[in-house]
Amino acid sequence: MTALLKVDGLNKRFGGNEAVKNVTFDVNEGECVVLAGDNGAGKSTVIKMISGVYQPTDGRVFLSGEQLTGKTPEAVRTAGIETIYQDLALADNLDPGLNLYLGRERTVKRMGLPFLDRKTMRDDAVEVMKSLGIVVPDPAAPVREMSGGQRQAIAIARAIHWQARLVIMDEPTAALGVPEQREVMALIHRLKAKGVGIILISHNLPDIFAAADRIIVLARGVVAGERRPAETNDEEIVRMMMGATL
Amino acid sequence: MESVAQNKGASFVKSLLNAWSWLFLILILGFFEIYAQIETGNTFIFRVYNLQSISVAASQILLLALGLTLVIVAGHIDMSIAFSSGLASVVIALVIRAAGPDAGLLIVLVAALAGFVAAAVVGVVNGWLVAYLNVPSFIGTLGTYGVARGAALIMAGGATVSIRNSYARDLGNGNILGFPIPLVIAMVLALICHYVLKHTRFGAHTYALGANPASVERAGVDVKRHLIILFVISALTAAMGGLIYTFRFSAGAANSGEPILLYAVAAVFIGGASLTGGQGTIMGTVIGAFIIAVIQFGLVFSGLPPYWQFVAVGLVIIVAVLVDQSKDRIVGGKS
Repeated sequence: MTALLKVDGLNKRFGGNEAVKNVTFDVNEGECVVLAGDNGAGKSTVIKMISGVYQPTDGRVFLSGEQLTGKTPEAVRTAGIETIYQDLALADNLDPGLNLYLGRERTVKRMGLPFLDRKTMRDDAVEVMKSLGIVVPDPAAPVREMSGGQRQAIAIARAIHWQARLVIMDEPTAALGVPEQREVMALIHRLKAKGVGIILISHNLPDIFAAADRIIVLARGVVAGERRPAETNDEEIVRMMMGATL
Repeated sequence: MESVAQNKGASFVKSLLNAWSWLFLILILGFFEIYAQIETGNTFIFRVYNLQSISVAASQILLLALGLTLVIVAGHIDMSIAFSSGLASVVIALVIRAAGPDAGLLIVLVAALAGFVAAAVVGVVNGWLVAYLNVPSFIGTLGTYGVARGAALIMAGGATVSIRNSYARDLGNGNILGFPIPLVIAMVLALICHYVLKHTRFGAHTYALGANPASVERAGVDVKRHLIILFVISALTAAMGGLIYTFRFSAGAANSGEPILLYAVAAVFIGGASLTGGQGTIMGTVIGAFIIAVIQFGLVFSGLPPYWQFVAVGLVIIVAVLVDQSKDRIVGGKS
C-alpha cells in the first residue's frame, strides 16, 4: 500500500544553520500523525516545506506518488493539502458561508450583474458543519459570535469542502478551553473517519495521546524517534523531545 | 424559554441600535421642523428650497465619503481625498479655460476625464505606498494630501480658476425632475458603491481585509492589487466631488474639498464604520452625510451663529461611537 503522503529526506538550511536534517516519514489515509517536539525542534519548518511555503534545501515530498516539491503554496493546496493555522485565518465579521468560500465565492447573475450567492454558501456551510457533527446556531451571524470549537470546525469544514486529502493542523487546541479542546479532538476523529490524513503539530501531551495513530518526535531538527501511543508513555516522549534517547 | 425571551429582547435592542442613525436623522428633522413652526410659523421640511440645499450639501460630503467608506471598511483611511478632489477641480477648470469661452460639451467631457486621471494618479500612489511599501495609510495619504495640495495650488497659480461655460454651469446647477443634479450623481454613485461592497466578491474581500488581512491573503486573493483598486475608487469618487464643485461655482479651487474632509470622515463613522475596519455600509454613510447636512443647514436656517455646526457635528460623532460600543457590549462578545 502506498502512503498518502511521503516525506523523503527533507533538509533545510538557513544560512549556516541546519534547521531540519534528513526528516523522513509518511502518512496514510485516515491516519493522524503527530509531530511532537519542543519549540525550535523544526516542526514548523517541516510543515512549511510540505505546504510549499519553504522550499527544502534537499529532499522531496510526494502526495499519492505525485511530487510536490517545487510547487507554490497554491498549487500544493490545489493538489489536496490544506493547512489550518493557529489563528484559523477566519474573517470574524463574515458569516460561516463566506468564510467557507473565502477567495472562491459563488455568485449568481441578476439583471446581468454578478451577486454573491449568500444563500447557497450558507446552506453549504451548514451542511459541511453538520457532517462534522456541529450545528450552526445562526448561519447568517458573523463567526465572531461562535465558540472557539465551532470556529475551529469552520476552518476544518473549509478543508473538507475543498476536498483536502491531507490536513495539517498547527497547535489547534492552543487557544481553547477544555470543552472546546474535546470538540476539536472529536473533529479530528471525524476527519480520520472520512479517510483524510492528518498531521497534527502539538506539544500538549494529552492531545498527542488522544489523537495520534503514530507519534513522530523531532528534536533539534532530526527525527528522534517514532512510536505508537500504545507502546509508549508521557515520560518517554518527553525524554525524546529533550533529545535524550532514540 | 427564558433565554429565548432574552434573545428577543437583545435582538430588539440590537435592531434599534442598528437603526439609531435613521432615528437620529428623523429626530433632528423633527427638531428643526418644530423650531421653525414655533419661531416663524413656517415649515422647515416641506420647502423645496430647503430640501434642495440640504441634499446638495449632503451630496458634496457624500462624494468624498463613498470611496472612503470602502477604504475604511478595509481597515485603512484616505486623508488625501480632500486634495484628490481639489486637484481634479483645478485640472477640469484649466482644461475648460484653455479651450476658450466657446468650448463645447466634448471639451467639458475631456476636461472631466483629465480631472479623473489626475485624481487616479493620487489613488495609485496611495495604494502603492500602503500595499507595497507598508506605509500606514494615515501617514501615507497625509503625505499625498500635501503633494496633491501643492500640485493643485501650483497649477492654479494660487488662485481660483474661473471658467465661463454654459454646459458646465447647467450640469452643476440643473435639476432632473426637481432633483438637483449633484444629488442624482451622488445617489447613482452610492448605488454602485453599495452594490460593490455588499454584493460582489470584491466587497466580501474588502470586509475580510478589515477583519483579518491574513485570511484574505491565505485565500489566494491578490491583496496588493485589491488595496490599489480601493484607493483609486476613493480618489475617483472624491474627483467627482471636485467636478461638481467646479461646475456649480464655475471655478476650479484647490481647496474646494478641504473643508469637507472631516465631515466626510465623520459621515462614515456616524454611519456605523469602525476605525479598526471590517464594519460599515454605504447606506450608513449616506445617512451620516444627511445628518451632517441637516445640522449644517438647520442651524443656519434657525439663525444661530454658524459656528454651532462644528459643536453639533462633533457631539454627533461622539454619540455615534458610544452607540457603536454599547452595541458590542449588548450583543457582541462571548455569552
